[in-house]
Amino acid sequence: MKYAYFPGCSLKGLGKAYEESLLPVMERLGVELVELDDWNCCGATAYMSVDESKACILASRNLALAEKTGSRDLVTPCSACYLVLNKTKHYLKDSPEIRESVQRALDTAGLQYSGAMPVRHPLDILVNDVGLDVIREKVVRPLTGLKVAPYYGCQVVRPYATFDDAWNPTTMDRLLATLGAEVVPYPLKTKCCGGSLTGTLPDTGLRLTYILLKEAVRRGADVIATICPLCQFNLDAYHDQIARQWGPVPIPTVYFTQLMGLAFGLPESQLGLNRNFVRMKPLPAIPAKA
Amino acid sequence: MKTNLSNGEIRIGFYICHCGHNIAGVVDCTAVAHEIAGLPGVVVSRDYKYMCSDPGQELIRNDIREHALNRIVVASCSPLLHENTFRNAVEAGGLNRYFFQMVNIREHDSWVHTNRAEATTKAVALARAAVLRVRFHRALETTRVAIHPDVLVVGGGIAGIHAALTLANAGKKVYLVEREPSIGGHMAKFDKTFPTLDCAACILTPKMSAVRANKNIKLWTYSEVAKVEGYVGNYTVSVRRKPRYVNEELCVGCQECIEACVFKEGKYPDEFNVGLSKRKPIYIPFPQAVPQVVVIDRERCLQLKSGRCKKTCIEACADRHAIDFAQKEETLEIKVGNIIVATGFRLFDAKRIPQYGYGLYPNVVTSIELERLVTSSGPTGGEITMRDGRIPQSVAFILCVGSRDFRTNRWCSRTCCMHSMKLAQLVREHTGADVTVFYLDIRAPGKGCEEFYDKSLKDGIQFVRGRVAEVTDWALTPEEEGKLVIRAEDTLAGVVRRIPVDMIVLAVGMEPQADSQAVRRLFNMSCGSEGWFLEKHPKLAPVSTFTDGVFIAGCCQGPKDIPDSIAQAGAAAAEAMALIDRGYIEQEPNTAYVVEEDCSGCKSCLPLCPYTAITLDGETHKARINAALCKGCGTCVAACPSGSIRQHLFEDDEIFSEIEGVLTHA
Repeated sequence: MKYAYFPGCSLKGLGKAYEESLLPVMERLGVELVELDDWNCCGATAYMSVDESKACILASRNLALAEKTGSRDLVTPCSACYLVLNKTKHYLKDSPEIRESVQRALDTAGLQYSGAMPVRHPLDILVNDVGLDVIREKVVRPLTGLKVAPYYGCQVVRPYATFDDAWNPTTMDRLLATLGAEVVPYPLKTKCCGGSLTGTLPDTGLRLTYILLKEAVRRGADVIATICPLCQFNLDAYHDQIARQWGPVPIPTVYFTQLMGLAFGLPESQLGLNRNFVRMKPLPAIPAKA
Repeated sequence: MKTNLSNGEIRIGFYICHCGHNIAGVVDCTAVAHEIAGLPGVVVSRDYKYMCSDPGQELIRNDIREHALNRIVVASCSPLLHENTFRNAVEAGGLNRYFFQMVNIREHDSWVHTNRAEATTKAVALARAAVLRVRFHRALETTRVAIHPDVLVVGGGIAGIHAALTLANAGKKVYLVEREPSIGGHMAKFDKTFPTLDCAACILTPKMSAVRANKNIKLWTYSEVAKVEGYVGNYTVSVRRKPRYVNEELCVGCQECIEACVFKEGKYPDEFNVGLSKRKPIYIPFPQAVPQVVVIDRERCLQLKSGRCKKTCIEACADRHAIDFAQKEETLEIKVGNIIVATGFRLFDAKRIPQYGYGLYPNVVTSIELERLVTSSGPTGGEITMRDGRIPQSVAFILCVGSRDFRTNRWCSRTCCMHSMKLAQLVREHTGADVTVFYLDIRAPGKGCEEFYDKSLKDGIQFVRGRVAEVTDWALTPEEEGKLVIRAEDTLAGVVRRIPVDMIVLAVGMEPQADSQAVRRLFNMSCGSEGWFLEKHPKLAPVSTFTDGVFIAGCCQGPKDIPDSIAQAGAAAAEAMALIDRGYIEQEPNTAYVVEEDCSGCKSCLPLCPYTAITLDGETHKARINAALCKGCGTCVAACPSGSIRQHLFEDDEIFSEIEGVLTHA
């Protein structure tokens, strides 16, 4: 299985641990991710809210580059990238004006984009293309006893619920259960983490982050599993401020791919777990082969 | 133009109707009348405000006498609405009623166009076509066909029950077909009814028993209509009777077999208690079920599934021998003259709005679940408890769940405001809990309903206006810990509120039945875009359908409460009786006929006729059409290789002159 891969800026910076765990896990499953040559920033939500047309141009350059590789699908792990690229696809389909300005821009760069290439999330690839049975076979250290709160964030399911339900997604729940983890019922799984408000309007943003952390603790979770670099950052980086305001809610937040890596028996040091502010407790050693 | 008229000089009267502003607002009626006045044979051409009114009809009658008219054309609304009105006027004026042609310039013109000049041109073209056509009309006679006096009622809810009883009490024979093992429908599940708070069972069960006792009603439960053929007065209906594995004639309803079943406890969700209790594979739907006959669930019964059961039920039934595992599905054919469809509704699936947490939080329940909890015959014996058995201290109702919502259903389900207020009062009465109702608008328009709303307010029920955003179980304050929290904008106070409660009741709306499209096709009815069965006219023919002899009653036509359902059921029964008591229907003479000297007896038409109305005469070897069976579909007319089959009211000269009229530019 081979896919075009758009990491996005986060996975090269703040969300480095995501890529560090994603790539070896995919490799272990025989999935080849071929990083796009000369990709650029997707524009994230900021650019979209300033100028939709230019934001679409920025994003569609990546789509055009991906199409040039001849791959079937483009995979992108960051929820913001995933949303912006999918949104661009929708806008190109629905708005003749945007389609025209994008085409003009791509023409000058000698690129073209047909609009056909699907933009997919690794979670979708893992559960629907690779399959839970194949994943189960690779588990050498089941996460037995580890209580995980599955947290999807909002962007991966709204407004485009392409591979799961918009309000109650279950793909990651099933994946975590396959790894042997105990999935804690977590109805807040698609509630907003605060997004960039943690920086711009901290009173509002941090309150949202706090609710997610507090409820995960209240429901007995040992760790929160996330699929989005911004969610991971918000849930991990503000524990000091949150503790000052509401009291401590000590719980680590890791990428689901890091948990997969642990279950596959990959060395902890190579999964980026040391980058967390709130560290996850080490798991028991891998049981000796019978 | 060539004419082959045998009726002497043609003298046409043309009338164009303003229909108030409906037509005149878009079409220049005076100009049309003026234009048509210039056509050959037109003696009178008038426009008038309301042609269907008495003075309008009088105009036609007078002109026929004064101007010796012998053809009439009216340009107005759809023939479905007033063709008969005008034909009657023509007849009253002394002419054969088929010397008339109607032009639809309302539905086909003024209602669908906005440009006045273009709409007027179109009206002229359509009117000209009719004027040219009517010259070729011939005098025709209607025929009478007897009406079968029996009636089929489909659906054994309160509407179907009432319709069946009304007919049966008038001496008509009725077949009442119900899909479930018992009649009673939704109403049988209710505790009390608004706004009088009288007990639903006390008023429904006597009617159910009356159905069973009435000699004129043939009750078939656990049965479905499979096929409908024929036409008004003469329907042939196939009814599929599912096997209940219990002989209805022999079972006395003692229920000893249920006691004796190898399942010691109920194991499967009890449909009547909407899953709040369990039943065995052999069961009776509810204590007052009619018929009082047990039923065996084919999917759950050990004997039916594996053939390896001790069959303790048969032992218990002993020499009554009512249990019959060999029972097979059977299909019965009946003849009826009229059909009343009262197939009801289904409740909105609350899981479709995941933000309200139904299925996620155990103490989020639907209104029908609470209804079963309140009822003394329900799973808790009438005690309102949460899933863990505690009595709730605070209860919130969310209205318009799956109603008045562009994401789900746009319509108002009409009963949920009142139903919720009734439940809210009962919750106050039974538990003393604090009750908050989240609403968009309180709709309490029925008799005694506004007073009921007043009583709710006086009872201390809190009303918060605003659509609830979400139901959560996470707490921000100590008071919220362990509670369900409703987040909603209070649109009267202009604030977002968080209200913690123990139990939340979702007032789920009404939807068309899941198989409403299939049922619609079965009875050849129409549906609105939402899926409710369409009445022939929203005001003047509320229980008729576009298929003569098929009537609708109750919620299959749209959401309504019990009194309205009963009123419709009575109306449908009366409509059916009007036809039965007249004894016959007039059949349109728009039938096909064979010009014998041109028929070669090739038999091409025989297999084409959907109504098997064509036979080959053994002696003359010519096709022969039975006018009583012919529906005037025209298939044979088009197919006949020698052109020897023709059709009244659709003769070649009539159609060609009509085409010429449309295509001629003034």
